[in-house]
Amino acid sequence: MTERTIKVDALARVEGEGALYLKVKGNTLEDVKFRIFEPPRYFEALLKGRPAADAPDITSRICGICPIAYIMSASHAVESALGIEITPEIHALRRLLYCGEWIQSHTLHAAMLHAPDFLDLDDAFEIARANPELVKTALRIKKLGNSLMEVIGGRAVHPVNTRIGGFYSAPDPEKVAALIPELEWGADAAREVAIAFSGFDFPEDYGDYTFVSLVHPNIYPIMEGRIGSNKGLDIDISEYPDHFYETHVEHSNALHGHMKDGSRYLVGPLARYANNYARLPEACRETAQVCGLDPVVQNPFKSIVVRMVEVQFACLEAARIARAYVAPNPVHVDCSPAAGEGHGCTEAPRGICYHHYAIDDEAKVLSSTIIPPTSQNQPQIEADLTRVAGRSLNLDNDALRHICEQTIRNYDPCISCATHFLKLTVDRD
Amino acid sequence: MIEPLDPGALFIGVGHPLRGDDGVGPWLAEALAARGFNATAQFGDGSGLIPMFEPSADVVIVDATQSGAAPGTLTRFDGADALPKDPFRNSTHEFGLAAAVEMARILGGLPRRLTIYGIEGRDFGLGSAMTEEVVKAAEELLEQLAPA
Repeated sequence: MTERTIKVDALARVEGEGALYLKVKGNTLEDVKFRIFEPPRYFEALLKGRPAADAPDITSRICGICPIAYIMSASHAVESALGIEITPEIHALRRLLYCGEWIQSHTLHAAMLHAPDFLDLDDAFEIARANPELVKTALRIKKLGNSLMEVIGGRAVHPVNTRIGGFYSAPDPEKVAALIPELEWGADAAREVAIAFSGFDFPEDYGDYTFVSLVHPNIYPIMEGRIGSNKGLDIDISEYPDHFYETHVEHSNALHGHMKDGSRYLVGPLARYANNYARLPEACRETAQVCGLDPVVQNPFKSIVVRMVEVQFACLEAARIARAYVAPNPVHVDCSPAAGEGHGCTEAPRGICYHHYAIDDEAKVLSSTIIPPTSQNQPQIEADLTRVAGRSLNLDNDALRHICEQTIRNYDPCISCATHFLKLTVDRD
Repeated sequence: MIEPLDPGALFIGVGHPLRGDDGVGPWLAEALAARGFNATAQFGDGSGLIPMFEPSADVVIVDATQSGAAPGTLTRFDGADALPKDPFRNSTHEFGLAAAVEMARILGGLPRRLTIYGIEGRDFGLGSAMTEEVVKAAEELLEQLAPA
């Protein structure tokens, strides 16, 4: 009986520090561990005693790729604790800013980090040599996302113009209007990239997923609505702690998310798309159809195409908001300090990001809980690895390692966020 | 040899002001902007440099290096040649200066002229000040790029 171990000590093309360990005995997969060794960062502890108004800016430092997700989830939670109701104009401007984050984050992952997997290329440089036009287009789309964040948020990474209640200053309507032609180009370009990616040779795979995302009756949610699943969950975001919990496992510095019955679930583009397909604009559903995507996609390797459909959506949505933009007045809603607690949950590019704060009567943080998408996806990532590796044991170690890494990259895991992730080890006897 | 900065050139200071000697690029960008040059700092994802490379432009970049040379050592690289990857500090996703320049080269998007100066740093600690050796090297380079 041969035993083999496959290890990847530092996974590439993912955000942060993670590793993978597989133990194979003969034809049996004995153990799979997706390890996150990025050090824990104790954000929840360092928020204690600080002004609740600082929570969006502090927690946004958890991630340089998806700061808006943290800013918005924290803002919603603190505003809910303080009883602040923002205006529809401020909400629309926040949604516009959030579209920028989806555009830049999804495009970076899909075109530069994930696409090489399907082309047997090692990195983005090889993609650039093989298909320079694709890379130029991707870089231009990504830049568009960054421009949105600069115009609305003041800068592309860790925006500075956001605050509890809204914004510090209203973006210049001329600068917002100037983004529209590029957003219109971006929507078409994202559609073309989605169609090009849909021609990849995808591994055959099927996951029986519990898709969890925000759900909304009228719009494709980014920061709106309730939390729902394809299996009957439909709750207010304040009920999140009643339906989900986190556990610590020895091999990971990131907590693992579970549903109350102990089952695993999936958050991110596949979940949003499955739960809100009918809310996508007609143009995006048409792209999905041309790409051969069903209204529910259960092959996780096709998440790369769904991401580009979401980029098309984000460009169209941003253009729609920009066309209707008038500088909000007031630009933020004020309030007085009051004790309370609040929940916030918004759709980071990788899936729902949940925050809870309890604050005292001086509006200082008594306690906080931050649950990023990658923590929630960890058990599902390990289940996918077990499924995919389990039927790929005939492959040699290199090929097995490759398909495992690809399985992980399907999730665009953000390891830095989750430690608040990759090394691959395969043990074969 | 260090040529004075052409008034039409774009100067990009790469690095992060909160990481000790890594702040030398942004420090020079600020000083050159104050002397009226088209100068900007770049401290995010290195891929952001690529769109800044206009084909007709004359671009000068300064970044801190970590090559093991004496702190403050100035090295000049010509963008027409392949850039050594190792000495430049990496940013998130390890898409640093060298990666950005190589990507631009593959895409046929390098500027007409690209000159890169590396200044060897010693202390890249969070919140550290720039070290004396690096400040001195930066001041000398400033006077050569933009004689007062």
